[in-house]
Amino acid sequence: MCLAVPGQVESIHDENGTRMGRVNFGGVVKNVCLAYLPDIAVGDYTIVHVGFAISKIDEASARATLRTFEELGLLEEGLAELGGSDGQAT
Amino acid sequence: MKHLEEYRDAGQARRLAAEIRRVVTRPWAIMEVCGGQTHSIIRNGIDQLLPPEVEMIHGPGCPVCVTPLEVIDRALAIASDPRVIFCSFGDMLRVPGSRENLFAVKGRGGDVRVVYSPLDAVKLAREHPEREVVFLAIGFETTAPANAMAVKLARQAGLRNFSLLVSHVLVPPAIEAIMRSTGNRVNAFLAAGHVCSVMGTWQYPPLAARFHVPIVITGFEPLDLLDGIRRAVLQLERGHHEVENAYARVVCEQGNVPAQQVIAEVFTPTDRAWRGIGVIPGSGWRLSEAYRGFDAEERFAVAGIQTTESTLCRSGEVLKGTLKPNQCPAFGTQCTPRTPLGATMVSGEGACAAYYNAGRFLDPPARAGAS
Repeated sequence: MCLAVPGQVESIHDENGTRMGRVNFGGVVKNVCLAYLPDIAVGDYTIVHVGFAISKIDEASARATLRTFEELGLLEEGLAELGGSDGQAT
Repeated sequence: MKHLEEYRDAGQARRLAAEIRRVVTRPWAIMEVCGGQTHSIIRNGIDQLLPPEVEMIHGPGCPVCVTPLEVIDRALAIASDPRVIFCSFGDMLRVPGSRENLFAVKGRGGDVRVVYSPLDAVKLAREHPEREVVFLAIGFETTAPANAMAVKLARQAGLRNFSLLVSHVLVPPAIEAIMRSTGNRVNAFLAAGHVCSVMGTWQYPPLAARFHVPIVITGFEPLDLLDGIRRAVLQLERGHHEVENAYARVVCEQGNVPAQQVIAEVFTPTDRAWRGIGVIPGSGWRLSEAYRGFDAEERFAVAGIQTTESTLCRSGEVLKGTLKPNQCPAFGTQCTPRTPLGATMVSGEGACAAYYNAGRFLDPPARAGAS
Protein backbone atom coordinates (compact mmCIF):
# COMPACT_ATOMS: atom_id res chain seq x y z
CA MET A 1 0.00 0.00 0.00
CA CYS A 2 2.81 2.40 0.88
CA LEU A 3 4.56 1.27 -2.26
CA ALA A 4 6.17 4.30 -3.85
CA VAL A 5 8.51 4.21 -6.81
CA PRO A 6 11.27 6.51 -8.04
CA GLY A 7 10.80 8.34 -11.31
CA GLN A 8 12.36 11.26 -13.17
CA VAL A 9 10.44 14.48 -13.83
CA GLU A 10 10.28 15.08 -17.60
CA SER A 11 8.06 18.16 -17.71
CA ILE A 12 5.94 20.34 -15.44
CA HIS A 13 2.55 21.88 -16.25
CA ASP A 14 -0.53 23.40 -14.64
CA GLU A 15 -3.90 21.61 -14.50
CA ASN A 16 -6.83 23.67 -13.13
CA GLY A 17 -4.40 25.56 -10.89
CA THR A 18 -2.62 22.41 -9.60
CA ARG A 19 1.09 21.76 -10.26
CA MET A 20 1.37 18.54 -12.26
CA GLY A 21 4.20 16.82 -14.10
CA ARG A 22 5.04 14.00 -16.50
CA VAL A 23 7.20 11.50 -14.60
CA ASN A 24 9.16 8.70 -16.26
CA PHE A 25 9.35 5.36 -14.41
CA GLY A 26 11.90 3.36 -16.38
CA GLY A 27 10.09 4.04 -19.66
CA VAL A 28 6.50 4.30 -18.41
CA VAL A 29 5.41 7.95 -18.26
CA LYS A 30 2.60 9.02 -15.92
CA ASN A 31 0.82 12.24 -15.03
CA VAL A 32 1.73 13.00 -11.41
CA CYS A 33 0.65 15.70 -8.95
CA LEU A 34 3.66 17.81 -7.91
CA ALA A 35 1.74 20.14 -5.56
CA TYR A 36 3.64 18.87 -2.51
CA LEU A 37 7.10 19.49 -4.01
CA PRO A 38 7.09 23.17 -4.95
CA ASP A 39 10.87 23.17 -5.55
CA ILE A 40 11.17 20.10 -7.78
CA ALA A 41 12.56 20.73 -11.27
CA VAL A 42 12.74 18.90 -14.59
CA GLY A 43 15.45 16.21 -14.38
CA ASP A 44 15.01 15.62 -10.62
CA TYR A 45 14.08 12.18 -9.30
CA THR A 46 11.08 11.84 -7.03
CA ILE A 47 9.27 9.14 -5.07
CA VAL A 48 5.66 8.79 -6.28
CA HIS A 49 2.76 7.24 -4.35
CA VAL A 50 -0.81 6.92 -5.74
CA GLY A 51 -0.19 9.66 -8.30
CA PHE A 52 1.51 12.11 -5.93
CA ALA A 53 5.19 13.05 -5.71
CA ILE A 54 5.91 12.96 -1.97
CA SER A 55 9.69 13.30 -1.77
CA LYS A 56 12.56 14.51 -3.92
CA ILE A 57 15.41 12.01 -3.97
CA ASP A 58 18.55 13.55 -2.51
CA GLU A 59 21.40 12.56 -4.84
CA ALA A 60 24.18 13.29 -2.31
CA SER A 61 22.50 11.06 0.31
CA ALA A 62 22.03 8.30 -2.26
CA ARG A 63 25.75 8.43 -3.13
CA ALA A 64 26.71 8.42 0.58
CA THR A 65 24.54 5.33 1.25
CA LEU A 66 26.03 3.43 -1.69
CA ARG A 67 29.54 4.41 -0.56
CA THR A 68 28.80 3.01 2.92
CA PHE A 69 27.72 -0.29 1.37
CA GLU A 70 30.93 -0.44 -0.66
CA GLU A 71 33.08 0.28 2.38
CA LEU A 72 31.31 -2.47 4.34
CA GLY A 73 31.94 -4.80 1.41
CA LEU A 74 35.66 -3.98 1.46
CA LEU A 75 35.71 -4.55 5.20
CA GLU A 76 34.07 -7.96 4.79
CA GLU A 77 36.50 -8.98 2.07
CA GLY A 78 39.42 -7.89 4.26
CA LEU A 79 38.13 -9.94 7.16
CA ALA A 80 37.56 -12.95 4.94
CA GLU A 81 41.17 -12.78 3.72
CA LEU A 82 42.33 -12.65 7.33
CA GLY A 83 40.19 -15.73 8.04
CA GLY A 84 38.02 -13.42 10.15
CA SER A 85 34.76 -13.88 11.96
CA ASP A 86 32.64 -14.61 8.90
CA GLY A 87 33.61 -18.27 8.96
CA GLN A 88 30.85 -19.35 11.30
CA ALA A 89 29.26 -22.64 10.22
CA THR A 90 25.52 -22.64 9.85
CA MET B 1 16.11 2.26 -13.41
CA LYS B 2 18.22 4.67 -11.36
CA HIS B 3 17.62 4.71 -7.56
CA LEU B 4 16.28 1.16 -7.74
CA GLU B 5 18.76 -1.28 -9.33
CA GLU B 6 21.66 -0.11 -7.12
CA TYR B 7 19.78 -1.36 -4.06
CA ARG B 8 19.16 -4.86 -5.43
CA ASP B 9 22.72 -6.13 -5.87
CA ALA B 10 22.97 -9.74 -4.68
CA GLY B 11 26.69 -9.64 -3.85
CA GLN B 12 26.28 -6.51 -1.79
CA ALA B 13 23.28 -8.09 -0.04
CA ARG B 14 25.42 -11.09 0.96
CA ARG B 15 28.10 -8.75 2.28
CA LEU B 16 25.58 -6.79 4.37
CA ALA B 17 24.21 -10.07 5.74
CA ALA B 18 27.78 -11.18 6.56
CA GLU B 19 28.32 -7.93 8.44
CA ILE B 20 25.15 -8.62 10.48
CA ARG B 21 26.46 -12.12 11.25
CA ARG B 22 29.79 -10.61 12.30
CA VAL B 23 28.30 -8.19 14.84
CA VAL B 24 25.44 -10.23 16.34
CA THR B 25 26.10 -12.09 19.60
CA ARG B 26 22.60 -12.64 21.04
CA PRO B 27 19.03 -13.27 19.84
CA TRP B 28 17.06 -10.19 18.81
CA ALA B 29 13.53 -9.71 17.47
CA ILE B 30 13.13 -6.85 15.02
CA MET B 31 9.73 -5.72 13.76
CA GLU B 32 9.31 -4.19 10.31
CA VAL B 33 6.19 -2.07 10.72
CA CYS B 34 5.25 -1.67 7.07
CA GLY B 35 3.52 -4.31 4.98
CA GLY B 36 5.50 -3.18 1.93
CA GLN B 37 8.65 -4.12 3.82
CA THR B 38 7.15 -7.48 4.86
CA HIS B 39 6.41 -8.19 1.21
CA SER B 40 9.96 -7.28 0.16
CA ILE B 41 11.57 -9.29 3.00
CA ILE B 42 9.65 -12.46 2.14
CA ARG B 43 9.81 -12.09 -1.65
CA ASN B 44 13.56 -11.48 -1.61
CA GLY B 45 14.25 -14.06 1.13
CA ILE B 46 15.92 -11.41 3.30
CA ASP B 47 14.93 -13.26 6.48
CA GLN B 48 16.65 -16.39 5.16
CA LEU B 49 19.91 -14.47 4.67
CA LEU B 50 19.96 -13.43 8.33
CA PRO B 51 21.81 -15.29 11.08
CA PRO B 52 19.58 -17.43 13.34
CA GLU B 53 19.90 -14.88 16.15
CA VAL B 54 17.93 -12.26 14.19
CA GLU B 55 14.19 -12.87 13.95
CA MET B 56 11.99 -10.61 11.85
CA ILE B 57 8.51 -10.02 13.30
CA HIS B 58 5.99 -8.74 10.79
CA GLY B 59 4.06 -5.70 11.96
CA PRO B 60 0.55 -4.33 11.41
CA GLY B 61 1.49 -1.85 8.68
CA CYS B 62 -0.84 -3.09 5.95
CA PRO B 63 -3.77 -0.65 5.74
CA VAL B 64 -5.85 -3.10 3.74
CA CYS B 65 -5.40 -5.66 6.53
CA VAL B 66 -6.26 -3.39 9.46
CA THR B 67 -9.23 -1.53 7.95
CA PRO B 68 -11.97 -2.47 10.44
CA LEU B 69 -14.81 -4.76 9.46
CA GLU B 70 -17.35 -1.98 10.18
CA VAL B 71 -15.74 0.15 7.47
CA ILE B 72 -15.73 -2.73 4.97
CA ASP B 73 -19.42 -3.40 5.68
CA ARG B 74 -20.22 0.32 5.29
CA ALA B 75 -18.30 0.34 2.01
CA LEU B 76 -20.35 -2.65 0.83
CA ALA B 77 -23.62 -0.92 1.77
CA ILE B 78 -22.66 2.33 0.05
CA ALA B 79 -21.34 0.54 -3.05
CA SER B 80 -24.68 -1.30 -3.34
CA ASP B 81 -26.54 2.02 -3.64
CA PRO B 82 -27.50 2.44 -7.34
CA ARG B 83 -26.79 6.19 -7.21
CA VAL B 84 -23.15 5.54 -6.32
CA ILE B 85 -19.91 5.15 -8.25
CA PHE B 86 -17.72 3.52 -5.59
CA CYS B 87 -13.96 4.05 -6.07
CA SER B 88 -11.23 2.11 -4.29
CA PHE B 89 -7.63 1.00 -4.57
CA GLY B 90 -7.62 -2.48 -6.11
CA ASP B 91 -6.44 -4.35 -2.99
CA MET B 92 -9.66 -3.60 -1.16
CA LEU B 93 -12.00 -5.41 -3.55
CA ARG B 94 -11.35 -8.91 -2.23
CA VAL B 95 -11.24 -8.00 1.48
CA PRO B 96 -13.97 -10.04 3.20
CA GLY B 97 -16.75 -8.12 4.92
CA SER B 98 -19.25 -9.83 7.22
CA ARG B 99 -21.02 -11.52 4.31
CA GLU B 100 -19.35 -10.60 1.02
CA ASN B 101 -16.73 -8.36 -0.61
CA LEU B 102 -16.71 -5.47 -3.09
CA PHE B 103 -16.16 -7.88 -6.00
CA ALA B 104 -19.49 -9.53 -5.16
CA VAL B 105 -21.21 -6.13 -5.17
CA LYS B 106 -19.60 -5.39 -8.53
CA GLY B 107 -20.73 -8.82 -9.81
CA ARG B 108 -24.32 -7.93 -8.90
CA GLY B 109 -24.09 -4.80 -11.04
CA GLY B 110 -22.78 -2.33 -8.47
CA ASP B 111 -20.65 0.42 -9.99
CA VAL B 112 -17.36 -0.37 -8.23
CA ARG B 113 -14.24 1.05 -9.88
CA VAL B 114 -10.55 0.57 -9.15
CA VAL B 115 -8.60 3.80 -9.26
CA TYR B 116 -4.84 4.37 -9.33
CA SER B 117 -5.05 7.75 -7.60
CA PRO B 118 -7.75 9.53 -5.55
CA LEU B 119 -7.57 12.27 -8.20
CA ASP B 120 -9.15 9.75 -10.62
CA ALA B 121 -12.19 9.65 -8.31
CA VAL B 122 -12.41 13.46 -8.30
CA LYS B 123 -12.31 13.38 -12.10
CA LEU B 124 -15.19 10.87 -12.14
CA ALA B 125 -17.22 13.17 -9.87
CA ARG B 126 -16.61 16.06 -12.25
CA GLU B 127 -17.63 13.93 -15.27
CA HIS B 128 -20.74 12.44 -13.61
CA PRO B 129 -22.56 15.24 -11.77
CA GLU B 130 -25.74 13.11 -11.68
CA ARG B 131 -24.00 10.34 -9.65
CA GLU B 132 -22.60 10.20 -6.10
CA VAL B 133 -18.87 9.37 -6.27
CA VAL B 134 -17.49 7.84 -3.07
CA PHE B 135 -13.79 7.14 -2.54
CA LEU B 136 -12.62 4.60 0.08
CA ALA B 137 -9.83 6.63 1.69
CA ILE B 138 -7.62 4.16 3.53
CA GLY B 139 -3.92 4.18 4.18
CA PHE B 140 -1.14 5.25 6.47
CA GLU B 141 0.49 8.68 6.55
CA THR B 142 2.01 7.99 3.11
CA THR B 143 -1.40 8.01 1.41
CA ALA B 144 -2.93 10.83 3.46
CA PRO B 145 -1.48 13.71 1.37
CA ALA B 146 -3.08 12.28 -1.78
CA ASN B 147 -6.45 11.65 -0.15
CA ALA B 148 -6.40 15.06 1.55
CA MET B 149 -5.58 16.84 -1.73
CA ALA B 150 -8.42 15.01 -3.50
CA VAL B 151 -11.07 16.31 -1.11
CA LYS B 152 -9.45 19.77 -0.99
CA LEU B 153 -9.60 20.03 -4.79
CA ALA B 154 -13.17 18.68 -4.82
CA ARG B 155 -14.20 21.44 -2.41
CA GLN B 156 -12.38 24.09 -4.45
CA ALA B 157 -14.19 22.86 -7.57
CA GLY B 158 -17.56 22.98 -5.74
CA LEU B 159 -18.20 19.26 -6.31
CA ARG B 160 -21.23 18.33 -4.20
CA ASN B 161 -21.37 14.73 -5.42
CA PHE B 162 -17.97 13.64 -4.02
CA SER B 163 -17.35 12.11 -0.61
CA LEU B 164 -14.81 9.98 1.26
CA LEU B 165 -15.26 6.91 3.44
CA VAL B 166 -12.21 7.50 5.64
CA SER B 167 -10.25 4.90 7.58
CA HIS B 168 -6.77 6.39 7.92
CA VAL B 169 -4.29 4.88 10.38
CA LEU B 170 -1.06 6.15 11.92
CA VAL B 171 2.25 4.43 12.69
CA PRO B 172 3.49 6.04 15.96
CA PRO B 173 0.40 5.10 18.06
CA ALA B 174 0.67 1.55 16.68
CA ILE B 175 4.32 1.30 17.79
CA GLU B 176 3.26 2.49 21.24
CA ALA B 177 0.42 -0.07 21.38
CA ILE B 178 2.79 -2.89 20.39
CA MET B 179 5.36 -1.91 23.02
CA ARG B 180 2.63 -1.77 25.70
CA SER B 181 1.01 -5.09 24.74
CA THR B 182 1.46 -8.10 27.00
CA GLY B 183 3.88 -10.67 25.63
CA ASN B 184 5.60 -8.13 23.38
CA ARG B 185 8.96 -9.46 22.15
CA VAL B 186 10.02 -6.59 19.88
CA ASN B 187 13.55 -5.34 20.60
CA ALA B 188 13.83 -2.87 17.71
CA PHE B 189 11.73 -1.38 14.91
CA LEU B 190 12.33 -0.73 11.26
CA ALA B 191 10.14 2.35 10.75
CA ALA B 192 8.31 2.74 7.45
CA GLY B 193 10.38 4.85 5.09
CA HIS B 194 7.57 6.28 3.01
CA VAL B 195 5.46 7.20 6.03
CA CYS B 196 8.51 9.16 7.23
CA SER B 197 9.02 10.80 3.82
CA VAL B 198 5.71 12.57 4.56
CA MET B 199 5.84 12.95 8.35
CA GLY B 200 9.62 13.22 8.92
CA THR B 201 11.51 11.53 11.73
CA TRP B 202 10.70 13.91 14.58
CA GLN B 203 7.77 11.81 15.90
CA TYR B 204 10.01 8.88 16.83
CA PRO B 205 12.70 10.00 19.34
CA PRO B 206 10.14 10.21 22.22
CA LEU B 207 9.05 6.60 21.46
CA ALA B 208 12.65 5.34 21.29
CA ALA B 209 13.43 7.04 24.61
CA ARG B 210 10.27 5.95 26.44
CA PHE B 211 10.49 2.28 25.46
CA HIS B 212 14.29 1.99 25.16
CA VAL B 213 13.87 0.66 21.63
CA PRO B 214 16.03 1.45 18.59
CA ILE B 215 13.98 2.76 15.64
CA VAL B 216 15.64 2.71 12.22
CA ILE B 217 13.89 4.51 9.36
CA THR B 218 14.26 2.01 6.52
CA GLY B 219 13.57 1.77 2.79
CA PHE B 220 12.08 -1.07 0.78
CA GLU B 221 14.75 -2.51 -1.51
CA PRO B 222 16.81 -5.52 -0.36
CA LEU B 223 19.94 -3.52 0.48
CA ASP B 224 17.86 -0.86 2.27
CA LEU B 225 16.25 -3.53 4.43
CA LEU B 226 19.52 -5.29 5.21
CA ASP B 227 21.14 -1.98 6.12
CA GLY B 228 18.18 -1.11 8.39
CA ILE B 229 18.51 -4.50 10.11
CA ARG B 230 22.31 -4.09 10.37
CA ARG B 231 21.94 -0.71 12.06
CA ALA B 232 19.24 -2.01 14.43
CA VAL B 233 21.43 -4.98 15.44
CA LEU B 234 24.45 -2.70 15.98
CA GLN B 235 22.39 -0.47 18.29
CA LEU B 236 21.00 -3.46 20.19
CA GLU B 237 24.45 -5.00 20.65
CA ARG B 238 25.76 -1.67 21.96
CA GLY B 239 22.76 -1.06 24.24
CA HIS B 240 21.69 2.05 22.34
CA HIS B 241 18.10 3.12 21.60
CA GLU B 242 18.19 5.91 19.09
CA VAL B 243 16.30 6.96 15.98
CA GLU B 244 18.49 6.42 12.95
CA ASN B 245 17.74 7.29 9.34
CA ALA B 246 18.85 4.54 6.94
CA TYR B 247 16.76 6.01 4.09
CA ALA B 248 18.27 9.50 3.90
CA ARG B 249 17.93 9.78 0.13
CA VAL B 250 14.15 9.96 0.59
CA VAL B 251 13.52 10.93 4.23
CA CYS B 252 14.53 14.16 6.00
CA GLU B 253 13.90 15.10 9.63
CA GLN B 254 11.04 17.55 9.01
CA GLY B 255 9.34 15.46 6.30
CA ASN B 256 7.17 17.02 3.60
CA VAL B 257 5.93 20.22 5.26
CA PRO B 258 3.42 21.31 2.57
CA ALA B 259 1.85 17.82 2.77
CA GLN B 260 1.66 17.99 6.56
CA GLN B 261 -0.10 21.39 6.27
CA VAL B 262 -2.80 20.04 3.94
CA ILE B 263 -3.25 16.95 6.15
CA ALA B 264 -3.73 19.24 9.19
CA GLU B 265 -6.35 21.24 7.29
CA VAL B 266 -8.35 18.26 6.01
CA PHE B 267 -7.96 15.63 8.74
CA THR B 268 -8.19 15.54 12.52
CA PRO B 269 -6.91 12.81 14.88
CA THR B 270 -9.37 10.20 16.11
CA ASP B 271 -9.40 6.86 17.94
CA ARG B 272 -9.39 4.09 15.35
CA ALA B 273 -10.29 0.39 15.49
CA TRP B 274 -7.70 -1.85 13.76
CA ARG B 275 -9.08 -5.09 12.38
CA GLY B 276 -7.87 -8.01 14.48
CA ILE B 277 -6.24 -5.71 17.03
CA GLY B 278 -8.92 -3.41 18.48
CA VAL B 279 -9.15 0.30 19.18
CA ILE B 280 -5.87 2.18 19.48
CA PRO B 281 -6.33 5.68 20.96
CA GLY B 282 -5.42 8.55 18.63
CA SER B 283 -4.32 6.12 15.92
CA GLY B 284 -6.32 7.49 13.00
CA TRP B 285 -7.44 10.50 11.06
CA ARG B 286 -11.00 11.50 10.16
CA LEU B 287 -12.21 14.50 8.18
CA SER B 288 -11.91 17.80 10.07
CA GLU B 289 -14.95 19.99 10.84
CA ALA B 290 -14.28 22.09 7.74
CA TYR B 291 -14.54 18.98 5.52
CA ARG B 292 -17.22 17.01 7.43
CA GLY B 293 -19.67 17.67 4.60
CA PHE B 294 -17.55 15.28 2.47
CA ASP B 295 -17.89 12.39 4.94
CA ALA B 296 -19.64 9.46 3.23
CA GLU B 297 -20.60 7.94 6.60
CA GLU B 298 -22.81 10.97 7.30
CA ARG B 299 -24.10 11.28 3.75
CA PHE B 300 -25.23 7.63 3.53
CA ALA B 301 -26.32 6.92 7.16
CA VAL B 302 -24.49 3.60 7.45
CA ALA B 303 -23.51 3.77 11.13
CA GLY B 304 -25.86 1.07 12.47
CA ILE B 305 -24.56 -1.96 10.51
CA GLN B 306 -23.95 -5.12 12.58
CA THR B 307 -20.73 -7.00 11.80
CA THR B 308 -19.73 -10.68 12.05
CA GLU B 309 -16.05 -11.65 11.97
CA SER B 310 -14.73 -15.10 10.94
CA THR B 311 -14.13 -17.27 13.99
CA LEU B 312 -11.31 -19.22 12.28
CA CYS B 313 -9.17 -16.24 11.30
CA ARG B 314 -6.26 -15.44 13.63
CA SER B 315 -5.00 -12.43 11.71
CA GLY B 316 -5.04 -10.33 14.89
CA GLU B 317 -2.21 -12.42 16.30
CA VAL B 318 -0.36 -12.25 12.99
CA LEU B 319 -0.71 -8.45 12.91
CA LYS B 320 0.61 -8.15 16.45
CA GLY B 321 3.57 -10.39 15.59
CA THR B 322 2.67 -13.13 18.09
CA LEU B 323 1.82 -15.74 15.42
CA LYS B 324 3.62 -16.46 12.15
CA PRO B 325 1.18 -16.93 9.24
CA ASN B 326 2.18 -20.58 8.68
CA GLN B 327 1.54 -21.35 12.34
CA CYS B 328 -2.20 -20.71 11.83
CA PRO B 329 -4.20 -23.96 11.37
CA ALA B 330 -6.29 -22.40 8.59
CA PHE B 331 -3.22 -21.20 6.60
CA GLY B 332 -3.14 -22.71 3.13
CA THR B 333 -6.14 -24.95 3.86
CA GLN B 334 -9.40 -23.08 4.59
CA CYS B 335 -7.59 -19.79 3.99
CA THR B 336 -5.82 -19.02 0.70
CA PRO B 337 -5.58 -15.87 -1.44
CA ARG B 338 -8.54 -17.21 -3.46
CA THR B 339 -10.63 -17.91 -0.36
CA PRO B 340 -9.29 -15.49 2.26
CA LEU B 341 -10.75 -15.64 5.76
CA GLY B 342 -9.02 -12.42 6.73
CA ALA B 343 -7.53 -9.40 5.06
CA THR B 344 -3.92 -10.45 5.78
CA MET B 345 -4.41 -13.20 3.16
CA VAL B 346 -5.78 -10.69 0.60
CA SER B 347 -3.29 -7.91 0.19
CA GLY B 348 0.12 -8.67 -1.30
CA GLU B 349 1.46 -6.79 1.71
CA GLY B 350 -0.45 -8.87 4.22
CA ALA B 351 1.90 -11.25 5.99
CA CYS B 352 -0.30 -14.30 5.25
CA ALA B 353 -0.46 -13.60 1.50
CA ALA B 354 3.28 -12.84 1.43
CA TYR B 355 4.01 -16.23 3.03
CA TYR B 356 1.54 -18.06 0.79
CA ASN B 357 2.86 -16.50 -2.42
CA ALA B 358 6.46 -17.28 -1.47
CA GLY B 359 5.59 -20.92 -0.69
CA ARG B 360 6.37 -20.59 3.02
CA PHE B 361 4.00 -23.34 4.07
CA LEU B 362 6.10 -24.88 6.83
CA ASP B 363 6.70 -23.33 10.18
CA PRO B 364 10.49 -22.89 10.45
CA PRO B 365 12.32 -24.72 13.25
CA ALA B 366 12.53 -22.79 16.52
CA ARG B 367 15.02 -19.97 16.27
CA ALA B 368 17.79 -19.37 18.77
CA GLY B 369 16.30 -17.89 21.91
CA ALA B 370 12.75 -17.72 20.58
CA SER B 371 10.15 -18.72 23.14
